Order: sequence, then C-alpha cells, then structure tokens
Amino acid sequence: MEVATIDEFLERDERKELLRLLTAGSVDDGKSTLIGRLLYDSKRLYEDQLQALERDSRRVGSAGEHIDYALLCDGLRAEREQGITIDVAYRYFSTNKRKFIIADTPGHEQYTRNMITGGSTANLAIILVDACRGVVTQTLRHSYIVSLLGIRHVVLAVNKMDLVDYSRERFESIVTQYRTWMDTQESHIDDLCCIPLSALEGENVVERSASMAWYDGPSLMEHLESVLIVNDTNLGAFRLPVQYVLRPDHTFRGFAAKIASGIVRQGDEVVALPSGRKSRIRDIVTYDGSLAEAFAPQSVVVTLEDEIDLSRGEMLVHVGDMPSVGHRIRAMVVWMDEQPLDRAKLFYLKHTTRETRARIISIHYRVDINRAERVATSSVRLNEIVELSIETTAPLMFDSYDHNRSTGAFILIDPMSNYTSAVGMIVGEDAPSCELSQRAVSLAEMGFVGEARSVVERFCKELRLRYGIDIELRG
Amino acid sequence: MSYRLTHLKALEAESIHIIREVAAEFRNPVMLYSIGKDSSVMVRLAEKAFAPGRVPFPLMHIDSKWKFREMIEFRDRYVREQGWRLIVEYNRQAYEQGVGPFTHGSKVHTDLMKTQALLDALRQYGFDAAFGGARRDEERSRAKERIFSFRDAFQRWEPKNQRPELWDIYNTRIGEGESIRVFPLSNWTELDIWQYIRLEQIPVVPLYFAKRRKVVELNGNLILVDDERMPDEMRRRAQWRVVRFRTLGCYPLTGAVESSADTVEKIIEEMMATTRSERTTRVIDFDQEASMEQKKRDGYF
Repeated sequence: MEVATIDEFLERDERKELLRLLTAGSVDDGKSTLIGRLLYDSKRLYEDQLQALERDSRRVGSAGEHIDYALLCDGLRAEREQGITIDVAYRYFSTNKRKFIIADTPGHEQYTRNMITGGSTANLAIILVDACRGVVTQTLRHSYIVSLLGIRHVVLAVNKMDLVDYSRERFESIVTQYRTWMDTQESHIDDLCCIPLSALEGENVVERSASMAWYDGPSLMEHLESVLIVNDTNLGAFRLPVQYVLRPDHTFRGFAAKIASGIVRQGDEVVALPSGRKSRIRDIVTYDGSLAEAFAPQSVVVTLEDEIDLSRGEMLVHVGDMPSVGHRIRAMVVWMDEQPLDRAKLFYLKHTTRETRARIISIHYRVDINRAERVATSSVRLNEIVELSIETTAPLMFDSYDHNRSTGAFILIDPMSNYTSAVGMIVGEDAPSCELSQRAVSLAEMGFVGEARSVVERFCKELRLRYGIDIELRG
Repeated sequence: MSYRLTHLKALEAESIHIIREVAAEFRNPVMLYSIGKDSSVMVRLAEKAFAPGRVPFPLMHIDSKWKFREMIEFRDRYVREQGWRLIVEYNRQAYEQGVGPFTHGSKVHTDLMKTQALLDALRQYGFDAAFGGARRDEERSRAKERIFSFRDAFQRWEPKNQRPELWDIYNTRIGEGESIRVFPLSNWTELDIWQYIRLEQIPVVPLYFAKRRKVVELNGNLILVDDERMPDEMRRRAQWRVVRFRTLGCYPLTGAVESSADTVEKIIEEMMATTRSERTTRVIDFDQEASMEQKKRDGYF
C-alpha cells in the first residue's frame, strides 16, 4: 500500500466519489467481456474467482485460447446455457480515485426494460459498438433511452478494434455516423466521449493502446476516473416528499424523508403540498444529532414550528419555489409489461412517496427510435416508448423530469398483476384534452335557450380562445 | 459546506430510505437477523431510520442449531442491551430428528434447518416483507437481484421475471399470501461494511477477529471445534491456529482463515491485500452447480 497507515488510507478512501454507470450494446458487442476486463485489469478479482474463470473458460468459454471474461458476469444458469445476458447485473469495484457501481444490461430487444432498470440511477452510460458492424439499430435504441433517462455523460466505446486492424478510418466513420444520428435528436447527452478499444486484448481499457498510436484521448478507465460528475446532484429547488411520520411520543412529531432535491436549513419557511399550509423548519433530526442544514439525497427527519396536518405522500417545499400541482400530466412512458396497455384499467401510479390511481386519457404518439420519428398509434406494447396524457385521482406535486429526476419520475403498476407495467418521465402539465373538440352538444336538448344559450356560446368562445378547446354547438 | 455525500453516507442514505419505505408500505415486516457483520450494520441503519423513535418491526433469527456458540452469546447480549424485540425460530421436527451437517450433509441440513425453517416462520407469523442483509457483490446470482424482490405465495424467486426497478421508486404491491424480500445493503461491498463498522463503532461477533482457536482441516476448510457434536475422529485431528472468520454461519460449514488481524483496521488492511473472495469459506456455495441460485429459487435468502 502506498500510504503510510491504514488510518490514512481510510481517511482518503472515505472521501471518494461514487460513479454509477450503465453499459449497453447489442448481443456479442462484448459488454460482459469489457466489464470482466475492467475488473481484471483493476485487480479487483480474487484468486479463487480467477481459478474458476480459467476453469470455466476451458470448459464452456467462447473466447478460444483467451480467458473468457464474460463468464464473470453471466451469473444465472439460463444465461450460461444460452451464452447471453438476460438481466441487469451489478458489479462493484474501486480504483485509487473512485468507487464504481456498474449495471451490466442486456442487448436483446425483449429485455430493454432491464436496461431501463439499470439506467435509471446511472450518471454515465457506456454504449458499445462492434467495430466490424458499426452503429446498428440497437445502438440507436439504447442511446435514445440513455438520453430519455437524462443520463448526461456517454462513452461510445468502439470495441473489437483488433478485428479491423485498429483502423483509424473505421473508428472515425463510426463516430461520424453516431454523431450524425445524435444531431437529428433532441438529445440530453451533453458530454460524449468516443474511445476505440479492444476488450479482449485489453487495448485502451485501462492502459492506453500501443496499437492505436493515432488515438490521443484517454483510456476508458482514465475517462471514468476523471469525468466530472459533481453537478449531477440536484441542489436546485427544495423538495421533501414525506415518507414516514415519526411519533415516538406526544411531544415529538417528525417527518422522515429522503430529500429529493435542494437544500434545507433550520428556520426555512416551507409550504406543505397539496394543503398549502405554511410553517417553518424547527429542526433537522438524525440519529447522529441535529443538523443546521441538509441536502439531497440525505435521509433525514424534519420537525416544524406549527402543528400542521402532513402525512406520507405529501410534500414540503420552499415558499416561492413551488412544483406544479395537478391531476393531469403529459409524460414519456416506456412500456415494460408483456401485457399491452389496456386503457380501461385504473392503474396505480407511484410518484415520490405518493401512490394514487391513474387513467390513461390519451396516447399522443409513439417514438420510432430507428427513424427518429413520431408515429401515430392507438396501442402500446412491450418496449414501446410513447407520450401519454394521464389523469390521477389525487393531485401530484411534480416537476418536469428534465428539471428534476426525483419529482419528475413515476411508475405505473397493473392493478391485477401488481407488475410494474410502465415507467414514466413527466414532460409537464397536461392542457385540457383536445378530444373534446370531436364532441358536439345540443343546447336545445339540454334546455339552454335564449339568454342562457348566449352565455354558453360566450363561454365556449372563451374556451376556444384560451385553451384551444373547440366545442361544436348545435340547435 | 460542500454539498456532496461521501460514498458511505450516500449508501447510508439509500439504505435508510429503503427501510423506511418498507415500514410505511407493509402491514407486517420483519428484519432477518443472522448475527453477522452485515446484519449488525443493517440493524444500525434501521435504528438510524427511525431515530429518535423506535424501530417499528421485530428482528427474527432463524436458528439452525449449529451456529457458533459465540454468535448466540453475542445475539442474546446485544438484543438485551439494545432492547430489541427478537423472535427466534427453528425447525423443531428436523432438530428432534437430529438433522445436522455432519450426519446429513450440507445440502439436507441447509434445506431443512435454514430454508424450511425460514419459510415456516414467515408463514407462521404472516410476515409480508422480510429484510435480508445480502449484498450484490457477494455472489453471482445475488448480483442480479432487485432491492425489492418479489416472492410468490410459495416464497419462490423467479429470476427471469423480476419486476423492473427504477430510480428510488419501489413497487410494494403484493397479492394475498405473496411477500417481498428487501435488501437494503444491496449496493454495499464487503469493504464498505467494514469501513462503516469502523466509522460507526458497531459491535460485531468476536469470531471476526483473529485469536488462537482449535480447528480441524476438512476438505481445505479450517473448521472450528465448537462443541462435542463434531465427530471424534475429526476432533482428534484438531490443532491450535491463529485464525478468524470472514463470514459466519453454521460452524461445520464455515471455514476460518489464518490471520493475525485482531482489529477492524487490521481486517480492512488484510482485505486490501487479500486474494480470496469472501464466500470461498462457505461450504454451501459449492455443493451443487449454480448452487446459490437454486437455493434462492427454493426460498433461501
């Protein structure tokens, strides 16, 4: 060990940042091999794991004379039988600079939902491309999902460079192809780093490659250790979704919560939503004592100056920095269920700590990722991405997902199977539905005549002018 | 003030959120307590989650009747001092029939005294959520398990059809007879656990620390001579060695490692240099192909 004492090591190790990353790519792009390589080269493998690896490589490996690093990640029996990765696997390793959690996600189209699962908490995504095959449909699908999930840092890892003679032209044409596609998208990816590598040979994974002298960028590991992620924590608007009310005795009433975003201090003026009642933060309580201030994503207990009614599913925010409050949202939704969307169903919608019932009011469009187009649709099936209008029984306190990953996200749960049918990212408030425009009402039949009729006509005109709602009046 | 959490504080915040979510959403949760280091950390996190109040659910220990004696002593003292509500259950029928690893082998013993005993106890008390201290970095099939892991009415885990789990929004809805296993330490590594034990000064079973102990070498594992149930021919081969345990379970199924690490700091230092992974000292992981995955499908933690 390079430091003098274990205490020094621990002091330093404790200050390390945590980087959560996602790997995605098509079947056979070599994701598992790459992760195995990162673990292997960062000396994170134990002797017995190495022995098992060498034994398994000889027995069932598919890497010829090489060690089959992919076997490290393919944990489940079904995967070993089929030679593919079927679910998200999490891997942990650390270097002298950072700690990492890798979500290894499968490339098969039918398992896109697992990639979404792996990606929701990631700061960075590694998207693998096979240098022989270039950018394929799955690459674009995965990149779209990465952008949709709001992951801002992306590494395009062009793998298997050894099979194209480490060709600079090949690498550059793939990068150009990818960037061209990105330009056609409203992408949220604002940091793209493209690296040519060979996971199998270990070129540009940890050590820089001698075979690609023309490349002067960082190796994958160098990039992962240095990419700036500090700004990813949302310290903007304060949002505290009440998770659990603590009442150990009649003198103490605290609201336990993980701060979804922002910073809160003792004495801050806060408003409870949806009730709108105001109070001030009296104390921020933890097992380790009171805090003068706390910030996302800390789990704390706050107490208030006033006895206001507040329970799980409600939210404390700063006065003057309010989220939207309403029953209707527009959202991008990824369908995760084998069962297609049934619009007659009253789903459970879970958003922060609030669970309510929800109905799908309208399907605006489906995203055709391959062609970067919006397509009209009336059905929603597994792995499809759509924009929906949703109405909830109880009001939601929300921000757009772009602004706040915590208060802009929700899941839909099937009321029959209890399966997580869909995940959603809020775009914003939903304007009253345009479906009304197709309806016609007969005023005479409804009994509106004379003066009453002209009032209704004026009202309908206002609706048209203000909200774009067209109601055809007959007779 | 820097608005950045250290690695351990970030993990702590995540775990507390998970524990509170279960208390808020389930009718009758229980925390499985195995007496090991991970359980000790999990219990501390539960105390943190509800401070200054009390933890609103009991601990339950499934006693295989073959645990190290020091574990049981530690459990009873710790529970008394902390004022925890502890349930202890075991498989009475199998116990009375004398089931044990020396006579029945590790597979039968684990199935009856651990898996069966656990399933019976969960059913008997009607627990709808059970916390476990498993970490994803421990074993290959655990690396793929969700934090909120659904179990059908037969307590089975279906790895191919797990519920998607996104952000920190957990689907806690279950049907009659179904339940959820919850793993608040999913994202912790062995090193994180020891660093946290050091930082928080959490008491752990003394078996983790090196000491001169009487052990027998069995199939490459150093097994502690913990009581007279160990067959005589084995006991005769016993030797005194300075050893400690990296994991704790049933004493005939848990190997010691030779080590002189007798403080938390030395354990961490040793771990940084170690070349063997944690579960190699667990006999049950090797007794059939894909063994942990099969046990989990059967209902084991």
